[in-house]
Order: sequence, then structure tokens, then C-alpha cells
Amino acid sequence: MTWYLFQLLLQASLMTIFVSAISILAGLVFAVFLSAMRMSGNGWLYNGAGLFISFFRGVPLLVQLLLIFNLLPIIGITLPSLATAIIGLSLCTAAYQAENLRGGFEGVPIGLIESAEMAGFSRVQTFIYIRTPIALRLTFPALVNEAILILKSSSLVSVVGLVELTKMAQNLSASTYQPLPIFASAGLIYLVINLTVAFAARRAEDALPGLPAK
Amino acid sequence: MTDSAISIKNVSKQFGDTVVLRDINLEVPRGQVSCLIGPSGSGKSTLLRCMAFLEEANAGTILIEGEPLGFVEGPNGRRKQTAAELRRTRSKIGMVFQQFNLWPHMTALGNVAASLRRVRKMSRKDAEEKAMAQLEKVDLAPRAHHYPSQLSGGQQQRVAIARALALDPTIMLFDEPTSALDPELTGEVLNVMRTLADEGMTMVVVTHEIGFAASVGNNVCFLDHGRLLFHDTPEKVFAAPRNPRLEQFLDTYLDRGAFLVQ
Repeated sequence: MTWYLFQLLLQASLMTIFVSAISILAGLVFAVFLSAMRMSGNGWLYNGAGLFISFFRGVPLLVQLLLIFNLLPIIGITLPSLATAIIGLSLCTAAYQAENLRGGFEGVPIGLIESAEMAGFSRVQTFIYIRTPIALRLTFPALVNEAILILKSSSLVSVVGLVELTKMAQNLSASTYQPLPIFASAGLIYLVINLTVAFAARRAEDALPGLPAK
Repeated sequence: MTDSAISIKNVSKQFGDTVVLRDINLEVPRGQVSCLIGPSGSGKSTLLRCMAFLEEANAGTILIEGEPLGFVEGPNGRRKQTAAELRRTRSKIGMVFQQFNLWPHMTALGNVAASLRRVRKMSRKDAEEKAMAQLEKVDLAPRAHHYPSQLSGGQQQRVAIARALALDPTIMLFDEPTSALDPELTGEVLNVMRTLADEGMTMVVVTHEIGFAASVGNNVCFLDHGRLLFHDTPEKVFAAPRNPRLEQFLDTYLDRGAFLVQ
């Protein structure tokens, strides 16, 4: 195990962080849309969102990634492996985050929505400016949990050919015959990334102003 | 235009089998303070919420400044107002809640400025200037950048009043505005309301503060079991109650007053 090999792992970990961060954010935006669909009062939108969530929560991420990777070319779409990985991870995390958000949206006190109504907010404005920010704050710890899960699940995207931390570790161990130090290093890097995320989240949580009264 | 700010005709309301309001008729005069009093469960909060269409009456009509609230009469009977029509009628009303209902993710200033920006489409600068002026009126300019969780209950309620006033309503509805406050904080909120009354705001106040109703109210409505039993000036209601149920209700307050006199 040399410094050079470790540097290669560190470089690959940047790809892990990049793919995960984009997927978590895209998944969050998508999850808010799914929540909006479920609260729209429209049966088609409600069931569409429900179907989406059931599928992406019920099918293993590895299978989803392989499906997307093999399905898209058949319908004439060829995407680089980076895009495929981000799409797969985003869709999966969106389903989980939508479920988390549901609890958050249900936790928004009805009085806060009534006061928005009386202040002249439309339903859409109430959703954007009142419900969503409060629901996000209520579900922030769950969001952090999901972020850490996605950081670890991103190791699966190696199956679509993206070289991130796990794939790099596999490649290096195959070429150097030193699996133990290399996978130990990779594990250590994952651990440091996730501890950093958890620490930063704790600090952010303390700084987030006012949650609704318990 | 009628003479009344709010005109309530034959309003009834029930939740399932429970009748909460029975055939209420009430004219709320412009520029006056009308207090709704009565025991818990008498329907006074429900009546107030009907005046904002936060509750839907099962029967009857409510006119705000002469315009129908919630329902409009059409050629094919009454239909529900569209969201935009309802917002237009409601824009005349400011509402203050028992639990303040400030948005916890916005500062005091943000709470007051939010509707100016989003509903009135004012620029951020103009909205915050106007919001600051409203906060000054309730003596809270120094707390403008505090979040609701950093304010006392009395301060939160004053911010809520400033928020409701920011949209220049002609009518203010108060739903037990001091019931969640201790006596000391109650005083600061009642003072703000007293000032507002002196300025000639039309106010409807659901309250257990009999002292406030007696000294600031221009007329007092006594509700019991969903019926409007008594509606008169505070002098008539408090000095010489002619209704046995009203007398019984007020006795509990007199007992407390008698204790203080001794």
C-alpha cells in the first residue's frame, strides 16, 4: 500500500461524493414534487406518486441500476455512465425521501396553514413558502440519515461502469494483489466522509431556527 | 353597502350530529368592538371561524362589507366561491389566533413581510419597511430579527397582530387572543388591542377577559349551546343581566372579583 495508491482512492472518493451529493439534492427536489402530487387532491397524481414510490422502494437499487443501464439503450437513449448512475440513485432516494417528507408534511400544525390562508396565500404559495420549509426542518435528521445511506449505496453504481471509490478499490486490488490494505483504506475514507456529514448536520441542526412547538 | 361590517343571517353549523351553532343572526357594526363571550363549547370560536370561512356554515349567509363570504348565490342556487374569490373577500379580514400561529422558520419581520411580498408582490425592501412600521406599532421593532421561538407568548401574539394588520384589513377577528398567556403577558396584548379599538378598527373578539369586554367592548354577545342568547351593550349585559343563564355564567367572574375586594 503506497501513498500513490491512497491518492488514487482519494481521487475516486471525489466521484463518490459528487455522485451522491447531486443525487441527494436532485432526489430531494423530486421528493418535494412527489409530495405535492400526493397533496394535490388529484387522484391520478396521487396514485402516480404512490406507484413510483412503491416501485423504487420495493426493488433493490442494484436491480434498478441494471434495469436503467440496459433499458435506456433499447429505447434509443445512450447516456454516459455518470448520468445513468445519478439518475438511478436520484430516483431511488427520491422515493425514500418522499416517504420521510410525508411525516414532515403531516407534522405541520394546521394553525400555521390557516394563518397562511388568512394572510392571502394561495394553496401553491402555502405549499412553497410555509409547508415545505417547515416539513424540511422537521425531517432534517431523516434527510441526513438518507444522505449517509446514499453515500454508501453509491458503491453500487460501479455496475454501470462508473469508477468511484469502491470500483477503484476493486481495480487496484486486482492489479496489486493487496486487497486488505486497499479495502481497509476505502472503508476508512467512507467512514471519514460519513462522520463529517453527520458532524456538519449536527451543527446545522443547532443553527436551524425555530421548529414548531412540540 | 350595508351599515354592518359583518352581517350574519340564519347561520347554523353542525359537526356530525352535534349542533354547534343554531340559527345565529348578528350584525357587526362598523368601527366598533364586538365581544363574543360564553362558556367553553358554546360555539363562540366556531362562529368567529365562520366569519373567516375557516369553518363552513351548513346553512345561512355571511356578508363581509356587504359581499358574500364562502358562497355566492347564482342562477342555480348557491355555489362555493373559487379560491380567488374567497381570497378577495377574505382580504378585508385580519385574523389573530389563540396559538399565535406564527411561521417558525421566519423572523418576526419575515412573518409580517411575507404576505406583503408574496401576496401584494411588494419588493423585499418595501415589504420590510412596511413590516417594520407595523412592528413599531406593537412596540416590537427591537425584536424584528428574532424567531418566534425566541419571543415570549405576548410578543408572539403582538407580532401576529402586526402580521394581520400589515395587509390593511378593515375587520380584525381575534380568537381567544390571550387564552394561552399568563396575566402579565395578557396585559400587553390587550393594550395593543385597546389602541387598535381607539383607532376605530372594526373588531370581533372571542374572549374570556370579561374586564376587557366590559371596558373596551361596544357590544357583547353571549352564546350558550350554540345559541346567541343575549346581544347588548356591556352596561346592559354586565350591570343588569336579565337572563338566568347569563347571570349564572357571570357569577363565576363575580365570585373571583369578590375575592379581590375582600
